[in-house]
Amino acid sequence: MSVFAWIETAHGAASPSSWEALGAAASLASDLGTDVTAIVFGENAQAIATESGEYGAANALVCEDASLAKFQLEPYAALLSQLVSEHKPQAVVAVGSSNGRELMAASAADTNSAMINEIIELSVDGGAIVATKPAYAGKVRSQIKANSETVFLALRGRAFPAAEKAGGSANITTVDAAAIADNLNITIEEADTQAEGISLTDAAIVISGGRGMANNPATPSGAVDDETIWKAQDGFANVIQPLADVLDAAVGASRAAVDAGFIGYEAQVGQTGKVVNPDLYIAAGISGAIQHQAGMRGSKIIVAVNKDGDAPIFKLAKYGVVEDLYDFLPALTAELKKRLGK
Amino acid sequence: MHIIAFTRSTPDTAANVTVDDSGKVVWDGANIVNPWDEYALEEAIAQAKATGSDATVITIGEEAHEEALKHSLAMGMKNAIRVYEDSLDSTDSLTWATLGAAAVEKADDAKLVICGKESIDVQTDQHIYQLARKLGWVMLSNVSKILELSDDSIKVERTTDQGVQQVTAQLPAVISVLKGINEPRYPSFIGIRKASKATIPVWASSDLGVELPQAVTEVISYENLPERDMTTEIIEGGSVEEKATKLVDKLLEEKVL
Repeated sequence: MSVFAWIETAHGAASPSSWEALGAAASLASDLGTDVTAIVFGENAQAIATESGEYGAANALVCEDASLAKFQLEPYAALLSQLVSEHKPQAVVAVGSSNGRELMAASAADTNSAMINEIIELSVDGGAIVATKPAYAGKVRSQIKANSETVFLALRGRAFPAAEKAGGSANITTVDAAAIADNLNITIEEADTQAEGISLTDAAIVISGGRGMANNPATPSGAVDDETIWKAQDGFANVIQPLADVLDAAVGASRAAVDAGFIGYEAQVGQTGKVVNPDLYIAAGISGAIQHQAGMRGSKIIVAVNKDGDAPIFKLAKYGVVEDLYDFLPALTAELKKRLGK
Repeated sequence: MHIIAFTRSTPDTAANVTVDDSGKVVWDGANIVNPWDEYALEEAIAQAKATGSDATVITIGEEAHEEALKHSLAMGMKNAIRVYEDSLDSTDSLTWATLGAAAVEKADDAKLVICGKESIDVQTDQHIYQLARKLGWVMLSNVSKILELSDDSIKVERTTDQGVQQVTAQLPAVISVLKGINEPRYPSFIGIRKASKATIPVWASSDLGVELPQAVTEVISYENLPERDMTTEIIEGGSVEEKATKLVDKLLEEKVL
């Protein structure tokens, strides 16, 4: 019984988005008439379990074994699958980060359980868990019903409110790490290089640039391979980034900008890139092709800046500014600095 | 060795996809290879060539998915197999992974499975990780480069939420690859002609020696997206500074700053 919530950890601390998993687990547990058990693996797991209690977990199962310090699918899944077999929770909830999706899927396979990913709504219907998720690249939604003793649920980030710190305490149990011994089968040769900037999928504000980034009036001082690429890259560095800095925003891009070599693929928002749903999405010099819309139409407020007033992006935007981004964004950055006191 | 790739047919990325009055998902464009799978197919073809391996593409699902197999053959995959039988629900990832693992095990000397990052129709990547678990193979997701591939090990560069890492694992392994790992080739005219004539074997669970698993998930309905309840307000003003001031006023009112 109980509903498990996986608390993802990195560098000895809980990932802030984990409290969204705990919040959704608590609401599911109350519908199912049970309580929440936090699952915490890795460095500092005891302290993080105590913190989970403050966020509303009634119980916590922890393992601080050194081999769990860095996320690796095989040992994590072996241990979680063992805990699920022993405790038979009604659901296991995680935020669908890369690690969260992999772990939920792997343990669901190990225990022949249902798994639903990218969840944006969750309900209980006659005792069965029903989830709503996007399908067909976000162009429609599907409702999926789960039929197994335990159901693994990976939530879309920022789709569920985080649990609030109410000052409770969890009943903490340390679990044996024996299950992981035979599951350390990869060698990480080069440690993570921390990704720069704010993660696109976690950001409350996202600013994306598109094909219009090429219209930069600045010119290179010396010889460059490709002047268009130089202009666009200079624009990302000196026009988009300063605005992102004022707003603590993540920087994204359209596929057109990525394919033209203006910015790396990791910045791509859209059907073959990342799906984001921030509070505020600013699309600069993006026409708004259907593939791009698939990645950002879940944003709460969309602002479009484009010199072409007929661009399809304006149909999706709550606020539109018909200006060249290179004229408007510096003015916006200056205004925000003044108004936000930065 | 033998390299296996998986693929599916999905609507063209530019297609409008909607749910009709009967609750069926319909679209106005052609079917294409699931866009993420093109990178997996290209990588499988290139790695098979580099290592002198056999290359097989598999789909699990109804006849519509044969289009993706034919495209894969036209690109240069050697063999294609479709796994299907009545009452199979390929949207249930546990069913998909169980049958996929059985199909991989049936292939001689299979040591590496390459998948695209996700399938856009079911819009998930979970089946890939479940395939690795059902096979009992190592899973390396989000691979941006294969650095070394030998008969018994693989070294890759992969992207995690925390950054980039280089990882070595013993084969067999399942990997999922990112856009950017390669530049997928276009099928040649001769390739397309050859593929169009290919007869693709269809394997049922009995051919694979497994029982069709009971689906543990069920899509109960598809629905259109809720309309965005809003009208667009164009910010007017005599100068960019004036427009910037007005926009910031609005954003402060919306409480999104």
